[in-house]
Amino acid sequence: MHANPIAPAAAEDVEAAVQRIVRSTPARRMDLIPILQAIQAEYRYLPEAALRCVARELNIPPATVYGVATFYSQFALNPKGKWVIQVCNGTACHVRGAKRLLDALNRRLGLTENGSTTGDGLFTLEIVSCLGACGLAPVVVVGDKVHGQLTEEAIELLIDHLEAEEGQGEKVEEAGREVRSR
Amino acid sequence: MIRCLQDLLERAEEARAHRQAHRAEVLVCAGTGCVANGSMEVFAALREVLAKFGLDSRQVGVTGNGACLCGGGRSVVVKHIGCHGFCEMGPLVRIDPEGLLYCKVKPADAEEIVEQTVAEGRVVERLLYRHPVTGERYARQDEIPFYAKQTRLTLKDCGHIDPHRIDDYLAEGGYRGLARALLELTPDEVISEVTASGLRGRGGGGFPTGRKWQLTRQSPAERKFVVCNGDEGDPGAFMDRSVMEGDPHRVIEGMAIAGYAIGASEGYIYVRAEYPLAVKRLREAIDDAEEYGLLGDNILGSGFSFRLYLKEGAGAFVCGEESALLASIEGKRGMPMPKPPYPAQEGLWRLPTLINNVETYASVPVILAGGAEAYRRYGTESSPGTKTFALTGDVANTGLIEVPMGMPLREILFDIGGGIRSGKRFKAVQIGGPSGGCLTEEHLDLPLDFDSLSEAGAMIGSGGLVVMDENTCMVEVARFFMSFTQNESCGKCVLCREGTYRMLEILERIVEGKGELRDLDLLEELAETVKDGSLCGLGKTAPNPVLTTLRYFRDEYIAHVVEKRCPAGACRALVRYRINPELCRGCGLCARSCPVQAITGRRREPYVIDQDRCIRCGACINACRLEAIEEVAQ
Repeated sequence: MHANPIAPAAAEDVEAAVQRIVRSTPARRMDLIPILQAIQAEYRYLPEAALRCVARELNIPPATVYGVATFYSQFALNPKGKWVIQVCNGTACHVRGAKRLLDALNRRLGLTENGSTTGDGLFTLEIVSCLGACGLAPVVVVGDKVHGQLTEEAIELLIDHLEAEEGQGEKVEEAGREVRSR
Repeated sequence: MIRCLQDLLERAEEARAHRQAHRAEVLVCAGTGCVANGSMEVFAALREVLAKFGLDSRQVGVTGNGACLCGGGRSVVVKHIGCHGFCEMGPLVRIDPEGLLYCKVKPADAEEIVEQTVAEGRVVERLLYRHPVTGERYARQDEIPFYAKQTRLTLKDCGHIDPHRIDDYLAEGGYRGLARALLELTPDEVISEVTASGLRGRGGGGFPTGRKWQLTRQSPAERKFVVCNGDEGDPGAFMDRSVMEGDPHRVIEGMAIAGYAIGASEGYIYVRAEYPLAVKRLREAIDDAEEYGLLGDNILGSGFSFRLYLKEGAGAFVCGEESALLASIEGKRGMPMPKPPYPAQEGLWRLPTLINNVETYASVPVILAGGAEAYRRYGTESSPGTKTFALTGDVANTGLIEVPMGMPLREILFDIGGGIRSGKRFKAVQIGGPSGGCLTEEHLDLPLDFDSLSEAGAMIGSGGLVVMDENTCMVEVARFFMSFTQNESCGKCVLCREGTYRMLEILERIVEGKGELRDLDLLEELAETVKDGSLCGLGKTAPNPVLTTLRYFRDEYIAHVVEKRCPAGACRALVRYRINPELCRGCGLCARSCPVQAITGRRREPYVIDQDRCIRCGACINACRLEAIEEVAQ
């Protein structure tokens, strides 16, 4: 069994990492958002210790940092899963059945709430508004890969594939096959 | 390094000669849509096959004068290009100079493309576009009806040039508009030219661009900024993404011209976080332009200096509003500010700031290079030029298009879009995203321009056109948009924050069959109040989808509240599923797919659905191979 991927980061490591990130920028007030983005890229969320450290480094109140971190939907205050699955619910995807994909994913992963993560820390399911790939509706993004014109069967296959890759779940015959809808 | 006009012209000539020296160019679309469909694998396969033909893959696709292919004496290149707009048919591969377009290409097709088309000049019939209705096949890209009716000015190079290569843009006359502005015109003359072109803001509002530039120029300040709004958040719109990904230098050139005109030497491009590819391409393009001396100090020896910075958004729809966007650049929560003062007077760090949308800036080089008069030849008197639209939804050909302003909706939907998919009936088109409205059959001959649309209660917005067929419930569409705006309301104005929430509650009640007639009046009253009591465009336009659907589809609302019936059969609470005993052969697939075990039956006999258990998820409908499961009104 591999280490729990969502174990919170130790505070002193966070401190050192944040200082390194802040010092790679000019550390102006306007750099706050890029700094938070860099921290999230490293930890897949914004640990509380990191927010406090950023406030100190930029010399602004922690409340201001928290305000920005909670305003933008990109930022998460809780650890995200290894695979973030974003179901696009833009107009075009909505009209072409995004809701059905979402229901299928929720059923499969046993999740109910938007933005929640599976117990094993593997998958986080998010609903996002338009990803700008409307020509391929309905669209789901896993990690940084865009999957278009998806069906419920294709999305199941995709999850099989990822689980097989993680050495979890039953090996499924189709798992190795490239998941792409017709 | 390009130091003067002479350098620019020479470099462009060199780049042009270089492109023409190729025997053939194999252009693989690398837009988000085609990449998702596997165009990178196609690209790799094409390079591999060409290498097998004796071409060094290093020479192929990087620089010209590579080894020859089958005695032609000239080289073949494989290139990435930006979005063609025909995303549905991707991955797309274009072969120049013939102008052939191959659709839905797979890596396995690479060999045939090289052997047949590149080497022998023969067309691979099966890869050509086939019209879904007439069945006719088209070889040349410009003959396909989807393209034939378009007029591409801002998208001219999208899908023809390699967005990674500044030389490709120069070969097509790039940066000539900037050269003309800097070397032949005064800043005031540049503004006059833009004013004379009649260009209006392409981000939605339609404010005259020249007037905005004039106002920013007149604001006295030592330091000013040019900002590009690339926070294309409207669901169903992706025009700006395609331009930023496919032709980034055009945006940069437009911004540099604007900087010269208003007297700014710094600019920011704000791109939403959901567009990683656009961010990457713009970053590269800015670096290349700096290296060439087309950004930086003393551009083309004119004495004008201009630098550009890229800012990534972090996921907030309201940041598409200009004052919120500026707050976000400053590193703050993206909340709108009351106006006036307008950004032209007090913008970024309270200094005069010109803020335009991606497509607006991308239109500027066309105007400066070709002149205002040539630009006015397209479009209508009050809305000159062309407009890009993202055509999506239940239409046969989805994709990105550019047409002259004023083209009737009918031509766009049926000639370019190829009509409604799977032969269903047209019901409505949603235009302008969550700020826009729905147009119906009676509007099909309406010319699409700023003024006719606002008369009809809609707006061009950023240009999303989502087509809906008879199976779409308009009340549900209104609910969808309201849930979007409610979620994205930043919470500053009480009426937007609470009002959209109440409107959403009412709409949710109606689609669940729990609405009452007086809800409709309450919706209208709330809509007017939210419009009046909100600071920014988000709140002011949030009620539009509700108001237009109430105006044009009132009978659907009434069916929901009075008869508790959804005429489109889309609202789940108002339909039930039924297995047609005449079609069911009792295979049991549906029962196995049902997540709540609501379906029972004996093998080879018709199955039945327990209505009390059924959660109407639709899994059984998808599972059934005989289409024996139907949705019927409650």
